[in-house]
Amino acid sequence: MEDSQPRMIHLVIDGQPVDVNEGATLLDAARQAGKEVPTICYHDHCTANGLCRMCVVEVEGARLLSPACVAQAAEGMTVHTRTARVERSRRTILEMLASSVDLSDAPEIQGLMALYSADAQRFPDASRRSHPVIDDNPMYIRDYSKCVLCWRCVQVCAEDAQYTFALNFSKRGYETSIATFYDKGMMETSCVFCGQCVGVCPTGALKPKRQWLLETGMGAEDVLSQTRSKARRKRRSEHTPGND
Amino acid sequence: MPEEDLKPLLSTLARLAPEGRAALLPALHAAQAMYGYISERVAQAVAQALGVPLADVYGVIEFYSMFYDRPVGRSILRICTDAACQLRGSEKALDEACQRYGVVEGQMSADGEWTVERAPCLGLCNRAPAVNLGLPPQYIGEPEQHVFAPRSYAYGLRDPEGGAAADHIAGNPRLITVLCNGVKAASLETYISAGGMRAVHKWIGERRSPAELISEIKASGLVGMGGAAFPTGIKWEGAANAVGETKFLVINADESEPGTFKDRVLLEGDPCRVLEGAMLGAYAIGAHKIYCYMRGEYSLAIGRVNDAIGQLREAGYLGKNIVGSDYSLDVEIRAGAGAYICGEETALFESIEGKRGFPRIKPPFPTTHGLFGQPTVINNVETLAKVPLILSDGVAAFRSLGTEKSPGTKLFCLSGDVIQPGLYEVPFGVTLRHLLFDLAGGVEGGELQAVLLGGAAGAFATAQHLDVRLSFEDLRAAGLPLGSGVVMVFNQQRSMGSVMASLARFFAHESCGKCYPCQMGTQRQYEILQRVAAGRSQPGDAERLQDVGWTMTDSSLCGLGQTAASAVLSALRLWPELVAQ
Ligand SMILES: Cc1cc2nc3c(=O)[nH]c(=O)nc-3n(C[C@H](O)[C@H](O)[C@H](O)COP(=O)(O)O)c2cc1C
Ligand code: SF4
Ligand code: SF4
Ligand code: FES
Ligand code: FES
Repeated sequence: MEDSQPRMIHLVIDGQPVDVNEGATLLDAARQAGKEVPTICYHDHCTANGLCRMCVVEVEGARLLSPACVAQAAEGMTVHTRTARVERSRRTILEMLASSVDLSDAPEIQGLMALYSADAQRFPDASRRSHPVIDDNPMYIRDYSKCVLCWRCVQVCAEDAQYTFALNFSKRGYETSIATFYDKGMMETSCVFCGQCVGVCPTGALKPKRQWLLETGMGAEDVLSQTRSKARRKRRSEHTPGND
Repeated sequence: MPEEDLKPLLSTLARLAPEGRAALLPALHAAQAMYGYISERVAQAVAQALGVPLADVYGVIEFYSMFYDRPVGRSILRICTDAACQLRGSEKALDEACQRYGVVEGQMSADGEWTVERAPCLGLCNRAPAVNLGLPPQYIGEPEQHVFAPRSYAYGLRDPEGGAAADHIAGNPRLITVLCNGVKAASLETYISAGGMRAVHKWIGERRSPAELISEIKASGLVGMGGAAFPTGIKWEGAANAVGETKFLVINADESEPGTFKDRVLLEGDPCRVLEGAMLGAYAIGAHKIYCYMRGEYSLAIGRVNDAIGQLREAGYLGKNIVGSDYSLDVEIRAGAGAYICGEETALFESIEGKRGFPRIKPPFPTTHGLFGQPTVINNVETLAKVPLILSDGVAAFRSLGTEKSPGTKLFCLSGDVIQPGLYEVPFGVTLRHLLFDLAGGVEGGELQAVLLGGAAGAFATAQHLDVRLSFEDLRAAGLPLGSGVVMVFNQQRSMGSVMASLARFFAHESCGKCYPCQMGTQRQYEILQRVAAGRSQPGDAERLQDVGWTMTDSSLCGLGQTAASAVLSALRLWPELVAQ
């Protein structure tokens, strides 16, 4: 009977009963029940920090909305994934994002904007976070005008994967941006050009140099000269010190 | 620029190194004091000594507004331009200070002596416009106070005693402020002759049961005074029962909520009382170490708490086997570095651990997973100041004042357009009218327009609320918060649009930036209210403020974002005509 499976949690999501393993998040439970819960910062292979709050859902009896990606499912919970309150938060978050960041290379977020009828022009005279493109290494460029501060790059560079710790933050609040030690160029940091940050970036803020150069209309010859030679030189001198 | 001599820093770092990353803020404070700012070379030395990645050290320097990555003046003049100070000419004071030193806001004077900065609430709202002077250790110059309004004085000067420097402290009966005279700290000796330290002898000296101690605190009905009103006894019981090798008690003395200065007055006037309360809490949960996390700008209070700790050690109240028992306990002061968010309990832990002050996701809660992941009790200064009374004079005496659900006395911080700004200790349950008119002399400069209760994260009351009794239950019924005891008064002349804009600026400045609703919502809210204050509200602004406000309230990660729209939304209910529909 039920008693012989003490590690199962029973809850109801949008009227549908779901059983999940103890320790499952509301996001896991919603996915299991086939309910769509939108996410921006969440990534299956990164530590979840509950940053974007796009995944908020309404749990009966709770004062606030719950971020599904980090909130644990608990016995007897009744969860609603698309109430008016939930929709207001999701739509407003998207509208604020569109008024802050260049989302042109983030089709998933654009899709969410359409789904939630979010108005990209909702906030007139909003100050946008704009930064010049940083092109300081042969492997990738950093265009922080497109950064949504999902923290993934910082995390994969640190304990989530690479243990290289080249990236962190500068400033705080609305002015926060991803930064290296005293804003040094990537070549001067501990970066090993593993490319994991580029791989997890959801918005094109980090982009392979080759792709970026091709997008600007550069020919194959020039792309080659700007992406290969320097990288090889760096690699050689790193792996065989004193061989110059 | 000549290279700094790293020798003095390296010897400090050698001393701090065993603590690793947890010594990062102390190390950066030391470096800042030695060199005036933290250069790349200095940051590198710190990173290396403490074993912290370079980028992380930079991230920490960048988070805290009292750490500088470029040269600043030897003395830093911080001028508060938040709500209470704005009413008393802080913008003008800021302009005058800039002119005097020939600088613009945030810039260093040509001789390298001065930097003038706009600051968030400095906890001196009763002496508005508030000025805080960050001085180099060797400073011997003259006070620069005459450029400012007569009420104000520059906090941080060596010898600020008397005159305008004194805090006005009043009310009746004065149980926890009885030794606070607004000028000097009561010594341990004075505290003892006024009946202090009896509870430590009674409970720790005689090794009475911690469980019994906790049940006394529970019976007293004491709740937290830091804003959340959580029952103190239940919190202590949680940490006492939690499994963990090491436990900690943390004194939250980060006080930065606009309009709040009570903890500063307590710590500057009677530090031993707060420390005695903390010692009893530590004993109750089985902690052997207390951290006192103090707001970095509170230089005077930090010095006085430090002196008090010295006196307590000397007298055998701290250290090994205190008051003849086999129980050992010590206190370490940690100075914050300019970040309101570090008053939030989990952000405060991160800060002690040497990180950016990002709040953690709860659960787990501090009582099981707090500082360094260990069971931790964190309490507000005022909460702890009440503990010795309860444990020496008994629960019945404590409950003889106040109301059934809000026993004892409460500290209220009066500021703004009030005849006598200051700190007032009154029993819970007196009316707002009694506090404002009978005790503080009434409204200055005109009729009452509004009172901001509970701080920037609070809500506005009006003349119709004057007869509300100031207790948790009565205020809740009236839909008003008690928060941290802020009573900021605005007369009829004031533009509430400007007041809202200044509250919004505070939150935009202090959001940590971790979660989207608050990171962007505080900025959008500030932008909209700036145009409201300038009389340029646009169609749709009312709805924008509601959407942004409710999104922050419902979906933010921590209490900062969850309350960043609270006062604004209450103002929109009272004065909807201020904002275009
Ligand atoms: C943004 C923010 C700032 C806070 N600042 C303070 C503070 O300066 N002092 C304080 O005692 N509590 C502050 N708190 C409340 C603390 O998180 C915590 O609830 C309190 O220290 C617990 O002590 P108490 O139970 O004695 O009130 C703050 C909370 C938030 C969300
Ligand atoms: S650069 Fe990309 S991965 Fe890094 S925080 Fe910004 S959006 Fe996320
Ligand atoms: S609510 Fe604000 S202060 Fe709190 S975590 Fe989110 S961004 Fe930071
Ligand atoms: S996906 Fe849950 S907070 Fe971002
Ligand atoms: S010191 Fe200026 S508002 Fe508090």
